[in-house]
Amino acid sequence: MSDTSHPDDEPGPVTSDQLRLIGTPFRRVDGRAKVTGQTRFADDLSFPRMVHMKLVRSTVPHARIISIDTSKASAMAGVVGFLTGDSMPDPFGILPVSQDEHALCIDKVRFVGDPVVAVAALTEDQAHEAALAVEIEYQPLETIATVEEAIATPEPRIHEYGDEGNLHKKLSMEFGDVDAGFEEADQIFEDVMYYEGNTHLPMEQHATVALTEETDRITVYSSTQTPHYLHRSLAKVLAIPAARIRVIACPNGGGFGGKSDPFNHEICAAKMALTLGRPVKICLTREEVFYCHRGRHPVLMKIRTGVKKDGTLTAQHLQTALDGGAYGSYGVASTYYTGALQTVTYDLPKYRFESIRAFTNKAPCGPKRGHGTPQPRFAFEVHLDKIAHQLGIDPADLRMQQLVKPDSVTSNWLKVGSMGLGQCIEAVVEGSGWRERHGKMPDGRGLGLACGSYLSGAGLPIYWNHMPQSGVQLQLDRSGGVALFCGETEIGQGSDSVIAAITAEILGIDLKDIRLCVADTDLTPVDLGSYSSRVTLMAGNAAIEAAERARTLVARGAAKKLDVPARELVFADGRVFHGENPDHGLSFQEAVIEAESRFGTLGTTGSYTPPRSPGRYRGAGVGPSPAYSYSAAVVEAEVDRETGIYRIEQVWMAHDVGQCINPALVMGQIEGSVYMGLGEAMMEEQVYRRLPKKRSGALVHKHPSMLEYKSPTFAEMPPVTSYIIEDPDPNGPFGAKEVGQGPLLPMMPAVANAIFDAVGVRIDQIPIAPHMVRQAIEAQEKGKPGRFGPKSFPDIEFGVPLKVPTPQEGGDGKAINIEDAGVRDGTGTMTERKDAVKGKN
Amino acid sequence: MSQQSTTRTLRVNGEPHQVAFAVHHSLLEVLREELGLTGTKHGCELGECGTCTVLIDGKPLLSCLELAAECEGRSIETVEGMMQGNELHPLQSCFADLGAAQCGYCTPGILLAAQALLADNDAPTRDQMVEALSGNLCRCTGYHKILEAIEWAAAKMRGDDQFRPPESAIYGDPLPGKQATDV
Repeated sequence: MSDTSHPDDEPGPVTSDQLRLIGTPFRRVDGRAKVTGQTRFADDLSFPRMVHMKLVRSTVPHARIISIDTSKASAMAGVVGFLTGDSMPDPFGILPVSQDEHALCIDKVRFVGDPVVAVAALTEDQAHEAALAVEIEYQPLETIATVEEAIATPEPRIHEYGDEGNLHKKLSMEFGDVDAGFEEADQIFEDVMYYEGNTHLPMEQHATVALTEETDRITVYSSTQTPHYLHRSLAKVLAIPAARIRVIACPNGGGFGGKSDPFNHEICAAKMALTLGRPVKICLTREEVFYCHRGRHPVLMKIRTGVKKDGTLTAQHLQTALDGGAYGSYGVASTYYTGALQTVTYDLPKYRFESIRAFTNKAPCGPKRGHGTPQPRFAFEVHLDKIAHQLGIDPADLRMQQLVKPDSVTSNWLKVGSMGLGQCIEAVVEGSGWRERHGKMPDGRGLGLACGSYLSGAGLPIYWNHMPQSGVQLQLDRSGGVALFCGETEIGQGSDSVIAAITAEILGIDLKDIRLCVADTDLTPVDLGSYSSRVTLMAGNAAIEAAERARTLVARGAAKKLDVPARELVFADGRVFHGENPDHGLSFQEAVIEAESRFGTLGTTGSYTPPRSPGRYRGAGVGPSPAYSYSAAVVEAEVDRETGIYRIEQVWMAHDVGQCINPALVMGQIEGSVYMGLGEAMMEEQVYRRLPKKRSGALVHKHPSMLEYKSPTFAEMPPVTSYIIEDPDPNGPFGAKEVGQGPLLPMMPAVANAIFDAVGVRIDQIPIAPHMVRQAIEAQEKGKPGRFGPKSFPDIEFGVPLKVPTPQEGGDGKAINIEDAGVRDGTGTMTERKDAVKGKN
Repeated sequence: MSQQSTTRTLRVNGEPHQVAFAVHHSLLEVLREELGLTGTKHGCELGECGTCTVLIDGKPLLSCLELAAECEGRSIETVEGMMQGNELHPLQSCFADLGAAQCGYCTPGILLAAQALLADNDAPTRDQMVEALSGNLCRCTGYHKILEAIEWAAAKMRGDDQFRPPESAIYGDPLPGKQATDV
């Protein structure tokens, strides 16, 4: 309050030492609704005259559609309408660069589960029966099951676009003189590792309800994490102006990235409602949720690192091969993400990254918690454990001695702000008794350490534009209540509570006096969605701006009445008062009345655009973030040599969240990430098999059911010791960074490293099944290398890498061989190549 | 498929409802679609996830596997029946305060399974809780907060108002070498 540089007619900013609500464990604003069953998820909605829709999905993995016969189905009781692909010819997709999906398949199907026909009927049973009666004739095409098959089979192409044959994306980039970096090394380490695909498995099955309003308008309620992107896709495919489409994201019953794409069923429901003129609902079956997928890409990786005797890393060459499934989804971004964040934890002065993403005839992969980064993080952290072991350096020390410095720029031009990884490592090392116990426990018992980092929001939007990435609008009225409008979407992470708490903090009012209207494209300012851990930072900063503007208006109203300069007013406990004489003041409501009397109806807006990243090369658009979170974990495992069965006895997890908005919610995200990471490490896998030739030879999902897709229950969850580290970042709201994804990252490698410490074998693959541990132990007992994992990385011609000098080398963030590398200038990665859209190659 | 319907009187949360439905419909479908009690959720409709748990004659059962036509004369309790007037049930308030409900989708089923457990055992051990709840999947929380909330609620229901969940459940564990956070 004593800052003399501040204008007289504005109150000063709320500083961290003045916080009253932020940082306390308040009950989340939607807590009561969620424990009473009153939260309205999409499938809980119903409207008069509503009909039910089902999708007829392909039973074959790759085929031309020869004919579609709905005659039998249309004669069935209750059937009211059909849609086929020809009614929605425009393609869509989450990234502008891969608009490769159709609401319903037109010429061919690309995986078992690809939707071909939509049918609506009066009841769900009738729609189901009618869907079974639709007859589709297919002409089978050769199927591609793996990255290796995609490389070996350029024809037939699954899509008529992509970098070559069945490779959707191929990239090669080099930061600094990597050869020179390897020459500086005393030793070069190399590993090949594999990370199997897995899926989000949200408890809520995706659901959508669409209805037409008075005239030519359509409203779509959906379980989506990205109402804004769905809005854009609907406008494109339905060919209706966006202003006449309203998308309302219902609270999601879990997302984890699985509801971030615009989906066929959402567009079909809208089209069906427009066709029939009545409300249409679809709720996917659990089997269909497995087909929607967009989960973790299976990734094969080769990691090569040059290391000095003292453990200093001199250079790294990382190659990744992603199995993308049948469509683009976020895949181009996922491909870049398998390399982009390798540099933000430990100094990596020279770095080469090469990657391909293949199309295969399987459910499309996309973003799952950690988006593209858990796979290379697993490879890196296990690789480091091996390096430490070989060099006789403690794995914790190896990491601590070369942490990326705060407020620095990495070799691939990512700007790191606050960096609390050192504190995280110290916490889990001390907490777990690492120094006394690692490498010293009885056979069968071991400790593993690993770290990770994640974005607090992607620096760039998915489609190129200069508009804010998040907006908040406040409306104050004489009741003393504040209406808060924001496009952010509650998926369980607590984003509603975060923006409400930030607003309440700045206005000094009770959370109960904030009324939220969120995720409604008609009513709320755009927020890009609940993905990339962006909401707390971006919507939070927008809320700060809107609330500070509102506070200024109210302060000016109160200042006149109280005869005190606005800058000396304090907003707290539902009052506006003189900082030097707290008794001299007004209630917040009285102050609002003064302001409304003076200025008329009160409303403010706030918005947020991330700072520009220093990278200027093609590909620099993936990886930048306003702030990076950091995590470190130690896992204790008990391994049975006879069976390979292992148990996780205890987890110590430390996470640098910058600043807690609500510690109880932060703890929930940490524990939830530990849980989901353990699921990935130990059991979860989305895998396929070929049926025998006599049974069509089709490529099918091995187990599209919750019973057989194994995920941890209450019984599998070990004790977790969680340390919250707060290293505030200047870009975060009150210093806050993300917590929803980061703590997942160290879990998988920490489990693998713990198994090594317990029984001395390396499992270079995720998930780690007991038979893998047992086989590695058997090999070890026969004097062979005690290892289970992939043997080789395919021979791929990656071409000339795009060369980007590092900051250390005096680079300017730009590439120096654009023509040789055959790429375009600029940072665009997902939005250029307009020629690739619509199948024109 | 035949669409033969039946009319039954179902006793839900202590109130009788005369309701007509297709004979093959599950209790889950009838609760949600005929009675508008959408507080009961579903995650698979195949008996795999526990999300649709309700209490039938006090026992936690999967409403997706129960034929509604066979529920006449039985006492059915759903999440909508847990509140006492406008006051949350102790389980509900502890779940809300501790953040044991994140997306909240599995929450109704878990609340009811926990209610049944506490009706039999007012001070269950962690192992007993895990056993009682191991049929209910949750993808958000990592389960710890759920167990801590049930312990807290159990204490409240025993009349122990002094009990508090561990501070580490809310603030994280004290950093090594530091004392627990003062609340």
